[in-house]
Amino acid sequence: MYRKTVAELASALATKAVSSTELTQLYLDRISAHQELNAFITVDADNALAAAKVADTRLAKGDAGALTGVPMAHKDIFCTDGVLTTCGSRMLSEFVSPYNATVVEKLHDAGMVMLGKTNMDEFAMGSSNETSFFGPVKNPWDTTLVPGGSSGGSAAAVAARLTPMATGTDTGGSIRQPAALCGITGLKPSYGRVSRFGMIAFASSLDQAGPMTQTAEDAALLLNAMAGFDSRDSTSAQEEVPDFSSQLGHDIKGLKIGLPKEFFGEGLSADVDKAIQAALDEYKKLGAEVVEVSLPNSSLAIPCYYVLAPAEASSNLSRYDGVRYGYRASEYTDLVEMYERTRAEGFGAEVKRRIMIGTYALSAGYYDAYYLKAQQLRRLIAEDFKRAFEQCDVIMGPTAPSTAFALGDKSEDPVAMYLNDIYTISVNLAGLPGMSVPAGFDGNGRPIGLQLIGQYFDEARLLQLAHQYQQVTDWHQQLPEEVA
Amino acid sequence: MEWETVIGLEVHAQLQTTSKIFSGAATRYGSEPNTQACAVDLALPGVLPVMNREAARMAVKFGLAIGARINQRSVFARKNYFYPDLPKGYQISQFELPVVGLGQLTIEVNGEEKVIGITRAHLEEDAGKSLHEDFHGMSGIDLNRAGTPLLEIVSEPDMRSPEEAVAYLKKLHELVRYLEICDGNMQEGSFRCDANVSVRPKGQKEFGTRAELKNINSFRFVEKAINYEIERQIDVIEGGGKVVQETRLYDSAKDVTRSMRSKEEANDYRYFPDPDLPPLVLDDAFVEETRATLPELPDAKRERFQKEYELSHYDAGVLTATREMADFFESVVKHAGGGAKVAANWVMGDFSAFLNKDGVEIANAPINAEMLAGLIKRLQDNTISGKIAKEVFEAMWAGEGDADTVIEKRGLKQITDSGAIETVIDQILADNPDQVQQYRDGKEKVFGFFVGQAMKATQGKANPAQLNELLKEKLKG
Repeated sequence: MYRKTVAELASALATKAVSSTELTQLYLDRISAHQELNAFITVDADNALAAAKVADTRLAKGDAGALTGVPMAHKDIFCTDGVLTTCGSRMLSEFVSPYNATVVEKLHDAGMVMLGKTNMDEFAMGSSNETSFFGPVKNPWDTTLVPGGSSGGSAAAVAARLTPMATGTDTGGSIRQPAALCGITGLKPSYGRVSRFGMIAFASSLDQAGPMTQTAEDAALLLNAMAGFDSRDSTSAQEEVPDFSSQLGHDIKGLKIGLPKEFFGEGLSADVDKAIQAALDEYKKLGAEVVEVSLPNSSLAIPCYYVLAPAEASSNLSRYDGVRYGYRASEYTDLVEMYERTRAEGFGAEVKRRIMIGTYALSAGYYDAYYLKAQQLRRLIAEDFKRAFEQCDVIMGPTAPSTAFALGDKSEDPVAMYLNDIYTISVNLAGLPGMSVPAGFDGNGRPIGLQLIGQYFDEARLLQLAHQYQQVTDWHQQLPEEVA
Repeated sequence: MEWETVIGLEVHAQLQTTSKIFSGAATRYGSEPNTQACAVDLALPGVLPVMNREAARMAVKFGLAIGARINQRSVFARKNYFYPDLPKGYQISQFELPVVGLGQLTIEVNGEEKVIGITRAHLEEDAGKSLHEDFHGMSGIDLNRAGTPLLEIVSEPDMRSPEEAVAYLKKLHELVRYLEICDGNMQEGSFRCDANVSVRPKGQKEFGTRAELKNINSFRFVEKAINYEIERQIDVIEGGGKVVQETRLYDSAKDVTRSMRSKEEANDYRYFPDPDLPPLVLDDAFVEETRATLPELPDAKRERFQKEYELSHYDAGVLTATREMADFFESVVKHAGGGAKVAANWVMGDFSAFLNKDGVEIANAPINAEMLAGLIKRLQDNTISGKIAKEVFEAMWAGEGDADTVIEKRGLKQITDSGAIETVIDQILADNPDQVQQYRDGKEKVFGFFVGQAMKATQGKANPAQLNELLKEKLKG
């Protein structure tokens, strides 16, 4: 049963083959059997079982929606009413949110059962899940490896089938990169597609929530429930929300796939390159056409991102000052020392590094050279995509330059860590939808992700392409031996 | 050496929207601490601001009233600094692109008109309040005010004396109240002023180094604080020193300004566009819709009062000082069917005096416009004299009913029947033969004595003009 997808579980619930309570208990048992993965910060068994009971009543009454009774997990970046919401930080290690994020509310209203909150890099800053105050998450394919980040807990939990799906957030690759490293499907929707209300901000102009699932079909189901304009988020798009499932079965004959030549140069591992070429061959067999495109400013994406994201973060994280909620240092003699100690003790090294970078970039005398320049680069990067999409319907390439690396390998070298997001970051800067789907394994049996990038609000196209690929491949059905 | 003062004012006007600028919480003043602060005002993790369009409408109203350019696209920026009553660690304000661009206001000092430029007006949110009493060495934070919409109105350095500064401030105060965008309550802090003050030798073109004065929250303090500051700066310079650019706090108890922080210590606010808020876009329709809601402005009203009611410049100025006063006056004239000059005197005289005495607003006064008009009508048709009218007014204020009721109940109707007045006069002349003789011998001062006696006998109800005439005739003999 635990190998089933969300779509399969939903139909099992609908036909009464299983109850929500049974499913919930099954996943709770799996979570407790695989604690070594450290995928969860909070397991909320009591509330989950209570919610399952409510779902069962709805199912019995025939008053259920497509997702009613299906268990799930939220990345611990989403505020959950009455439940610990830590954002992976000591700063919020005891923070119980008094309200629900819009995403949480929507999935709750859809009848889904929240099992708990997944581990993550502190304030979503990291690509390996090693910056979490609650310790690193282990990759279920090999527990000596990182799961990627920052949504590493969600990725590992879905990969190990501790939950049929989980939510994630993606500021520079935080859904797609861990999805790739853990061999699952992850979708970062267009900026504005899913409400950010109640999602703890890292970099407001880049953050976007999305589903992390086993299949594209599930991602479509979940996006149906998550997407839509929210009057509480001024940056949420007043864009019509289509039925993302309706286009899945359409064939892809004649669709043009653009390959950015800049994504296949130095730094890309040979195994990943090979897997991507093999995936493209599958697409050709399905009738798609492959053309080369160029994203000439790709190399500027990382420097651009590491000015803008920290600049926004330095301001977004100012509210954690020890005054109203969250961690406060126990010893101080005056206000300034209270601030200093609270933030010195409450934030981890990577968060502090980014606050410093961001504060510097916004400072008088440096603003034009850094922040403004980066904003200009951001526009150039978006224009690159616009031009590329004149030649193709979708852009494909690797999600990450290499497969999962060992815990501790890059944690002392921030720049090496940042380079892991080299293919994903430009998508956030442009605000486009992006996806990662399992596309094979390297010589050491580590998963490889294929990245799909679509035009604005064209998630349906990405899901269709991913689904069609998953009809002719079984990479997404592979399970790590340890947890099978 | 002769010195010239240069003053620019920054005014923060609290906009009287019912909810906050970026959240749905109420903006009422004086509630229990932290009862009007929602998740957004508390800056809980994950919350987001949503712009209150009503605040934008009020800002546009102001912009139109000062003839300013309305920026159809303006941008919210974050002003970053740490303070316990600033929950997000930044204030959402407007920096590079404010909603209201260059405009102007005409002031009058000693009968001379002067145009003061207004550089800009921008929208921003207010902070909360730190409470230092009653917390035993600790501080309390009240976030009720956090997120209240403010319009920051920045003038050009166009004022040359404290009198001009006060005139400008009063004019602005009058305007925002006319526009009904700010209640103007300086005590409650809904209309606050900072002043940038510098001095330079008369004739010099370059500005001197300025000091920014804070915490000057009454018209009187503005004048005193600036006066103190001018003297201080002149003393510094004449003593061979240099004025430093700094922020100074006005202490009204000691009537001095004190240094708060110098330029070197000033915060680097790290302004940048708020990524949570798209640019504020106001289309033509919005601006025109707002223009249609503009009331008649004080200057226009003053001019009209002078023409339409034939009032003096001074009277028109007093009557249009507030919209409530002007509306009240016009309503009295309308109900009385004329008598503008008499109405003006009553409104500016007894009516205003009684309002002040009892500390009530026009809206809550025991005498409304219709009642005052009723009194004026009785004056005009000679039912009562001016002296009796004062008594009637007092009775009306005390709640005895309208003018006719009071006149009737108290029997104050003026005696205009010549026969009745003559009877009274005859009796008085008969009772006081000595005085009659004195008068006839040329001692005309005694005339007043007879008037007094007649008024006493009629309890003041005799028509004074008639009484005078008849008395003169009878005394001729």
